[in-house]
Amino acid sequence: MKYTVRKFDAVIVGAGGAGLRAAIQLSEAGMKTAVLTKVFPTRSHTVAAQGGVAASLGNSDEDHWHWHMYDTVKGSDWLGDQDAIEFMVRNANECVIELEHYGMPFDRLDNGRIYQRPFGGHMSNFGEKPVRRSCAAADRTGHAMLHAMYQRNVKVNTQFFVEWQALDLIRDAEGEVLGVTAMDMETGEVVAFHAKATIFATGGAGRIYYSSTNAFINTGDGVGMAARAGIPLEDMEFWQFHPTGVAGAGVLITEGVRGEGGILRNSLGERFMERYAPNAKDLASRDIVSRAMVTEINEGRGCGPNKDFVLLDITHLDPETIMKRLPGIHEIAVQFAGVDCLKEPIPVVPTCHYQMGGIPTNYLGQVVVPQGDNHSTPVPGFFAAGECACASVHGANRLGTNSLLDLLVFGKSAGETAVNELKAGARTHKPLPAEAIERTLARLDRLNTQKDGADVHETRLAMQRTMQKHAGVFRFKDMLKEGVEKILAIEQDVGRTQINDKSMVFNTARIEALELDNLIEVAKATIVSANARTESRGAHVRDDAPNTTEHPNGRDDKNWHKHTLWYRENNRLDYKPVQMKPMTVDSIELKTRAY
Amino acid sequence: MTTANRTVQFKIYRYDPDRDAKPYMQDISVEIEVTDRKLLDAMVRLKVKDDSLSFRRSCREGVCGSDAMNINGKNGLACLTDMSSFPPGKPIVLRPLPGLPVIRDLVVDMTQFFKQYHSIKPYLVNNDPLPERERLQSPAEREELNGLYECILCACCSTACPSFWWNPDKFVGPAGLLAAYRFIADTRDQATSERLDNLEDPYRLFRCHSIMNCVDVCPKNLNPTKAIGKIKELMLQRAI
Repeated sequence: MKYTVRKFDAVIVGAGGAGLRAAIQLSEAGMKTAVLTKVFPTRSHTVAAQGGVAASLGNSDEDHWHWHMYDTVKGSDWLGDQDAIEFMVRNANECVIELEHYGMPFDRLDNGRIYQRPFGGHMSNFGEKPVRRSCAAADRTGHAMLHAMYQRNVKVNTQFFVEWQALDLIRDAEGEVLGVTAMDMETGEVVAFHAKATIFATGGAGRIYYSSTNAFINTGDGVGMAARAGIPLEDMEFWQFHPTGVAGAGVLITEGVRGEGGILRNSLGERFMERYAPNAKDLASRDIVSRAMVTEINEGRGCGPNKDFVLLDITHLDPETIMKRLPGIHEIAVQFAGVDCLKEPIPVVPTCHYQMGGIPTNYLGQVVVPQGDNHSTPVPGFFAAGECACASVHGANRLGTNSLLDLLVFGKSAGETAVNELKAGARTHKPLPAEAIERTLARLDRLNTQKDGADVHETRLAMQRTMQKHAGVFRFKDMLKEGVEKILAIEQDVGRTQINDKSMVFNTARIEALELDNLIEVAKATIVSANARTESRGAHVRDDAPNTTEHPNGRDDKNWHKHTLWYRENNRLDYKPVQMKPMTVDSIELKTRAY
Repeated sequence: MTTANRTVQFKIYRYDPDRDAKPYMQDISVEIEVTDRKLLDAMVRLKVKDDSLSFRRSCREGVCGSDAMNINGKNGLACLTDMSSFPPGKPIVLRPLPGLPVIRDLVVDMTQFFKQYHSIKPYLVNNDPLPERERLQSPAEREELNGLYECILCACCSTACPSFWWNPDKFVGPAGLLAAYRFIADTRDQATSERLDNLEDPYRLFRCHSIMNCVDVCPKNLNPTKAIGKIKELMLQRAI
């Protein structure tokens, strides 16, 4: 197979929120930038975010970034790095105001300021009572944001390569990152994008699970590419199960529904969250609410003929408020649950939603790996932001609306750091290592010539079912162990997938097979890391780490208050300390988590 | 509740320039389960049966705009089309969006569509010094953007419009014009006059003959014709 080489100052992979935000920095600085995206930018999954973006603007209630910081640290079950968290919350207002200046159509208060609504885990005065912090455009915040950022990129003439599938990260013998290989989906042409700075903004990999709120495209391409290039993955055992996916369909129903007053009920009609989180109730953190729901279902108080979902009730709310603040939810309820939510409750179940872990980065957006005594040494030329990255601000559990904030703040900061390095002349076009590109070509060649191989759909399905069963909301020691073995067996099939379609033109069968190469890396990292972490923390809860006086909520800080690093080679695990020291304020000390 | 699977017949436009001399209609059937509520669910099953069938899809909930296609003669999103809406016993006919070049099967080349979208300068123009905080906008002013900003750029509307079929290079089309009015209607935007100049031409705006196909097919229930009417009104006001 042949390939050509194209040179850029910077290449950004992914044109969702993080990629578009990074691209704005680079384009405004006049850097020659290529943004590669496998779908047209406004089709990226940021478009599906609903409820809002967190910022302590204080437009409705008194608020402060320090309170937001506390909530985020607590939400993370103290696994988030406090320097990155302080950086994120302190930059929130500026980033949200910038979006408004780009033209994002936020909802408004009577005084003309941005509308803010309550959200799970967002409290005032260090956990006292709910605060309105989520800046929203109805229940279409992600759509409004993604389009506003795409529009800004049109204004600053960003160069997009639309429907290009990134294939592999190019790293030389010294470990420096020199770009990516990618395929033009329309023609099958392979190009090595040779860049001084490479920014991954490829989103999450929620499609490793059978039931997910995620789009088909969320296949962890950047995470898989990084893993294949020898970069460790951080905290991959932590996956957020969103409490309210539509039962059966998996489609997301925003937490903003509960922010606006929605209530979860079991088959007895009981508002069960009062028992699990007496203070925050339905607006407790997502991991807490999801576990409460599964517990209700497991104890026989689920609804429906199979007692396998609970109900999200907004029938007591003013219909006008629903149609004004939650119009998209009304539409989704009709389309995917077949109910009119003005009159009937919506059947919901916890559904895989967000990858807290990812490619390890610092708050500057630089990818960092252990080297010698330094556990966070930047990889020259490599940056990551958004869901594919782990800064780590979400730790063991992300707060709602912090994902959109993450992609804004760290998309911008990754872009800014890259611009600074480029301007300082710190980066050159080092020679491309031929063998790195050969590896990509060999992978494509293997797929094109495979005979008697494994079916892509069946293999992916086996992986998804295994992850769902063995690494779900509640995790069991024996199931995890068995799950590791199953996923490693499925990996063998992924190495011998076969496609019938060999066309060079818009071959989506080939793309799905290549995506599966990335998904399996994420699945392995997840289940191997989860199997090893013998405590409960945030979204990772195990039967052999129960709630005891010695270990409240099953959390074992003595042995497990640390980040996991999974390496693809031999599924090796390493660990690094949590950054407890913020940038300027005092550390938020370890404490038992309750809402 | 019935749990029986059923078989559904399809007639699908197929064309792979790498392999086919010309396009053809493929007859294919697939077994679907009761949980396959939407056309996209059935198409995903078709793809398992024949991996060479090419179509775009992503969010499967009607917000990304990927899976627009011509379904039994009418443009729509596969992920928002109910399987129960099809008359039983008749094959479901799927074709690519009309009027755009076909790359392969149901995948069309949308270059022209996005070129028109970009031509209206789809971004906020405001040359005042940036305020430290948000620009203020009253709830009533913000409400003016409802029905405009929700567009997902799926192209169902523009590719259902005869004027866009005949003059895709000259007529902006309903999606682009809806976007143009979205910025005109925004109290924060200062380029109304330039935006109207940009559309003052026998084709760009005035090729809309209010056929209203766009309104009929929009999967988000938006009304481009109404937006176009408002732009025409503003043109008229400024002429007198």
